[in-house]
Amino acid sequence: MKTALGFLVALTVLTALAFAPLFVGPYQLGLLIGLTGYVTLASAWALFSGRTGYVSLATVAFFGIGAYTVAVLSETMPYPLVLLVAAAIGLCVALLVGLATLRLAGVYFVIFSFGLAELVRQLVTWFETSVNGTLGRYIFLPLEAEHIYWQLLALAALTLLLTWWIQRTRLGLALKVIADDETVASHIGINIAWTKIALFTLSAIIMTLVGAIQAPRWTYVEPAIVFSPTVSFLTLIMALFGGASRLWGPALGAIPLFLLFEWLSASFPNHYSILLGLLFIIIVFLLPRGVVGFIEDKFQRKSPADLVEKPARVKEADQ
Amino acid sequence: MSALLEVRNVTKRFGGLTAVNDLSFDVSEGEVLALLGPNGSGKTTMMNMISGALKSSSGDINLAGAPITGLPPHRIAAKGVARTFQLVKILPSLDVRENVVAALAFRHDALWGKTAQDEADRLLAHAGLESRGSEMVENLTYIDQKRVELARALAAQPRLLLLDEWLAGLNPTELHIGIELIAMLRKSGMTILLVEHVMEAVRALCSRCVVMNAGSKIADGETHAVLADPEVIRAYLGEAHA
Amino acid sequence: MLMTTLIAGLVLGGSYALLAMGLTIQYGIARTMNLAYGETIIASAFAAYLLYNNLGISPILGLVIIAPAGFVFGWLVYGILMRPLVARSENTATLEINSILATFGLLFVIQGVMLVIFGGNYISYNYLNFGVEIIGVRVAANRLLALGLALTIGGGLYLLLTRTRWGTTLRAVAVNPAAAPLVGIDANRAARFAFALGGALASSGGVVVSMYQTFTASSGVIFTMKALIVVIMGGVGNLAGALFAGLILGLSETFVAAYISPGLTIAAVYIIFLVILLCRPAGLFGKVQK
Repeated sequence: MKTALGFLVALTVLTALAFAPLFVGPYQLGLLIGLTGYVTLASAWALFSGRTGYVSLATVAFFGIGAYTVAVLSETMPYPLVLLVAAAIGLCVALLVGLATLRLAGVYFVIFSFGLAELVRQLVTWFETSVNGTLGRYIFLPLEAEHIYWQLLALAALTLLLTWWIQRTRLGLALKVIADDETVASHIGINIAWTKIALFTLSAIIMTLVGAIQAPRWTYVEPAIVFSPTVSFLTLIMALFGGASRLWGPALGAIPLFLLFEWLSASFPNHYSILLGLLFIIIVFLLPRGVVGFIEDKFQRKSPADLVEKPARVKEADQ
Repeated sequence: MSALLEVRNVTKRFGGLTAVNDLSFDVSEGEVLALLGPNGSGKTTMMNMISGALKSSSGDINLAGAPITGLPPHRIAAKGVARTFQLVKILPSLDVRENVVAALAFRHDALWGKTAQDEADRLLAHAGLESRGSEMVENLTYIDQKRVELARALAAQPRLLLLDEWLAGLNPTELHIGIELIAMLRKSGMTILLVEHVMEAVRALCSRCVVMNAGSKIADGETHAVLADPEVIRAYLGEAHA
Repeated sequence: MLMTTLIAGLVLGGSYALLAMGLTIQYGIARTMNLAYGETIIASAFAAYLLYNNLGISPILGLVIIAPAGFVFGWLVYGILMRPLVARSENTATLEINSILATFGLLFVIQGVMLVIFGGNYISYNYLNFGVEIIGVRVAANRLLALGLALTIGGGLYLLLTRTRWGTTLRAVAVNPAAAPLVGIDANRAARFAFALGGALASSGGVVVSMYQTFTASSGVIFTMKALIVVIMGGVGNLAGALFAGLILGLSETFVAAYISPGLTIAAVYIIFLVILLCRPAGLFGKVQK
């Protein structure tokens, strides 16, 4: 009953949002695109990091891979195929990173993800300048702003649906057990490393698609633009602000913060990154469990399994 | 009788300390075997190597003739080894039923959904927790948490059950209930390897014992004979006086 | 060509080792992961540049001002930012995650301040920029000086930590922070001191690097990354390991740049990191746990 009602409300909101381009101007539509993009990124980030405690700083690596794939392939392949290829590249990179780091203690993953965007950016730059001879590409795709918006909206809905659905599958149960006790998890037959890798890969594919879908908005693309570390930073701060272990937390965090950042970057273009950093520190200090967690603490029972309260454990053999 | 579990010349070193030294023993199909020894003699380390929580430094461990040495715990679990832990390990964010469903969902012929819920309830009833599936496991008493842990281990349909001091910390009444539960499992033909300090339970449940001291095996045989062995008595008393 | 590359690699490696020593002290003793470490390095490089270009103070003299400033900065960051997190975190893993998040914010603040003041351009200055003949190859004097400084500071630190009572105190905290109070060590003071010392090393490293490399306000991330890789390669908290690993990293980077392509240095660094993670996650000299 409650679930059915929830679905009805979500569907109504989704429909209303889908009709939004008919009523708003191009500036507002641009805002909606950016906002939907970040809602999706933050939700995808939380899908992995909020449930495993492995803080990923690599969002923009995947976002940029998606965008660059579109820039490179959009003239040689039909658009749907380009999206598919982008997702496949995101999958491969995520698998590689996951296999190398997710079997180890959390801190190795964080460090690796911290530099991943820089690595991919330099590799792309190197490839473009030394193999291809030029840096920067133009994207000419017959896509209007509302097409991009609709695609992103669908992806956002899909991400939330997927997050909701995973919670009721064996994968979701495995995550809860791992969060509670990794020793028990492995002794009842859960493959911990693969559970984490599967989730990381899923989250990375969504991030890659966000980049790929948004790419045509730029028309001109170069590595410094699509691999901007600010994207990773904003995603992280939004998810943490809203509450990374909740279904709606990241989306709820993304909406006010995105609007705030838009205003900040327009009003204080030079001091933008300082303000972002300060805001982030304040959030880490005052709202360790996010707004949703904060409200729950105040008004409801205490709920376990949270990002900052329960981080990736240092692995210790059971003596 | 064929050996279900074979431990062959297993050694485990932690830096300079040899916790288990060249240990060999068998557990036959349907047998309840006790692994005894004073604290620090390497029993739990041995259990951890069988379940995969620790890797042995050398030696072989076989389950039904197939090597399981050095495999990760989830692979060994899939081959039919389930265990309980010395300090009871429950999953605090789940309720009692979900604690058992978790094991059903990841065993090799996995159950999920309504089937899993029903099977969990059946196992819980079997362990003495009838119709208490919806309680939060954190609120249970110690013995009831141990029952949950046992039900979870049985949910895996193990060929070999490892009980690491499952009876420790129980009061006399609970102890009797506990011994009866294990006796029931023995009657059903379950192969069990248990580490235990409660001699009353060992006498009642185990036909055979392996005794360890300082990492090495000092006795292996029928329970009454082993417990009368002067060397075994010395090992325990020496511990007590130290 | 080979000799030139070798010496350039040693110079770079020496600087990396120095930088990594600071981070390994912060991570190994203070148990905090400082993602804004590279920003401290770059800020110090800018400071050296300002002192030299505007006031004519040589980087060597600048070091005497900047390193203590880095110490004070680290002291303040620990007191204001880290201390509350240490109090709040129930174990080292939580502290690690919390410090990563907080310093990730700090990274953007410091970087933003530098962007406002200096803009986004590449910066360098001319100091001792003449060639010196050494074993048959010409090497820029500033590079030789950088290597000398890195070895002196790093060696001094090593002696300080291994030969003095106070160094023993710090190392005791690194080995077992919980037991430290039992032998009369104030673990909090030691951690704060270690964090500040790490700041001083980052600053010294920044000055050393600025003498022979160009840098921008946004290069910090790369330095943090490389320092982290050296720390992991050498084993957390292991100073000799950091020295050795720093040299390996510096040499492989210069050789890749010279013989393959300068655009692939980061890729080379990452491949080394990957190999280490796959083969020896506890570092080249660390004991493998489990």
